[in-house]
Amino acid sequence: MIPLLLIVFYIITNGISSLSWTFLTEIPTPVGEKGGGIANAMVGSFLLVIIAGIPSIPLGIAAGVYLSEHKKSKLAYWGRLATEVLQGTPSIVIGIMAYLWLVVPMGGFSALSGGIALGIMMLPMIIRTTEETLNLVPDSLKEASLALGVPYYRTILRVILPAGLSGIMTGVLISVARIAGETAPLLFTALGNAFMNWNIMKPVNSLPVLIYNYATSPYPEWHRVAWGASCVLVVFVLTLNLVVRIITRRWKVQF
Amino acid sequence: MESAVLKAVDLSAYYGDNLVVKRVNLSVPEGKITAIMGPSGCGKSTLIRCFNRMHELTPVAKIDGKVFLRDEDIYQMNPITVRTRIGMVFQRPNPFPMMTIWDNVIAGYKLNGVKLSRSESSEIVEASLQKAALWDEVKDHLRRRGTFLSGGQQQRLCIARALAVKPDILLFDEPTSALDPKATAHIEELMTQLKKAVTLVLVTHNIAQAGRVSDFIAFLYVGELIEFGPKGQLLTTPKDKKTEEFLAGKFG
Repeated sequence: MIPLLLIVFYIITNGISSLSWTFLTEIPTPVGEKGGGIANAMVGSFLLVIIAGIPSIPLGIAAGVYLSEHKKSKLAYWGRLATEVLQGTPSIVIGIMAYLWLVVPMGGFSALSGGIALGIMMLPMIIRTTEETLNLVPDSLKEASLALGVPYYRTILRVILPAGLSGIMTGVLISVARIAGETAPLLFTALGNAFMNWNIMKPVNSLPVLIYNYATSPYPEWHRVAWGASCVLVVFVLTLNLVVRIITRRWKVQF
Repeated sequence: MESAVLKAVDLSAYYGDNLVVKRVNLSVPEGKITAIMGPSGCGKSTLIRCFNRMHELTPVAKIDGKVFLRDEDIYQMNPITVRTRIGMVFQRPNPFPMMTIWDNVIAGYKLNGVKLSRSESSEIVEASLQKAALWDEVKDHLRRRGTFLSGGQQQRLCIARALAVKPDILLFDEPTSALDPKATAHIEELMTQLKKAVTLVLVTHNIAQAGRVSDFIAFLYVGELIEFGPKGQLLTTPKDKKTEEFLAGKFG
């Protein structure tokens, strides 16, 4: 609690002064010029999260359903082990792998490769929360549905998943909050970009990479931009966590 | 005897290598309540779960023998069809917690992707809730979640849900074991009203309950069907010694 409050307080007091409308809507200016913002990094982070989520959310939920439906199968055992190992893999290693397997063959840094690297990081978190949530859904609901003549796959889609929706959503949002702040895998993949870019085949900037680059630069005005970007990132993560709280309270299904 | 709507022929059920129902032959008469009675763990629930093909959903389960619905072997039919024609009410009320009362009643249609017009569904909802004697209590709260109801009301909601798909047979698996005496009485009364419309099979370990609601009783002991007959005869002049001992409370 105290470290959290200290961090939030410190970041906000340092970052709030650089925040303004132009900060959020303009792209960075060269050293020495006034003004400029982090719009390109926000767009980049947004693109990366979308690219990461499109394959990982459905895949992660499907894998979580499989693990909770076939608890004792061999494949589930190995799948669970793989999930744990993947969750424990340092993000920089995932970044290097994405570099070797995506960036090198594709011949250049891109938002796509960065998004996929982040997606791989998201996957184990979504799988685990989905599995854990669905394990709490009582079997009696599944029986009720099957006894009404509802086929198995429809029972999963229309009874089991909706019953676990709040937990699954929580897992997804928390994993988004996690990857939004990841820097290491992006250094070799999405790289960074001083300009606005919506093309997923080209490098994009992102909030954590911008913070990294600007905070390690020798220019005080860039440090201020880094503080401002940190502030935006922290507020985003805090907001997501608040949304999670609201979802779990509002959508909670009582069994 | 009345025509049999459901007939088990040499029916055996296994969990792995464990034989839990042993070569049962049983004819369930149409429009009556048949109670399957016996001590805990005697295979009653397993037996009726063979009747709507729920038993086979347990990974290690196996079945031998045949079950006929009218003249059709249900193990040759599509299990989905079997389960819409033979409904089931469980031990614990299990309404769908994310659905309203209304949606719970028509869940059998909704979940199967059957589109109902607004008037069709309201007709089904009202008729089913009427039959389950729940309409008067919930007609003003149809848009609330089913889990707001009391245990007994939830169980009647589950009965309405099972009735909504218009089954030939309803299987009750100890439907009152999780309910208080008042709610139990209510459900029992409801069952005797329901037999006009649908054939009922009731699993119970409670002799008094079998006596109160059923027309026929089957006594099951360690997986074997010991005795089957009209209620009066079985309860007063049982032919088998085991039945007699069970009725006298010597075990169970």
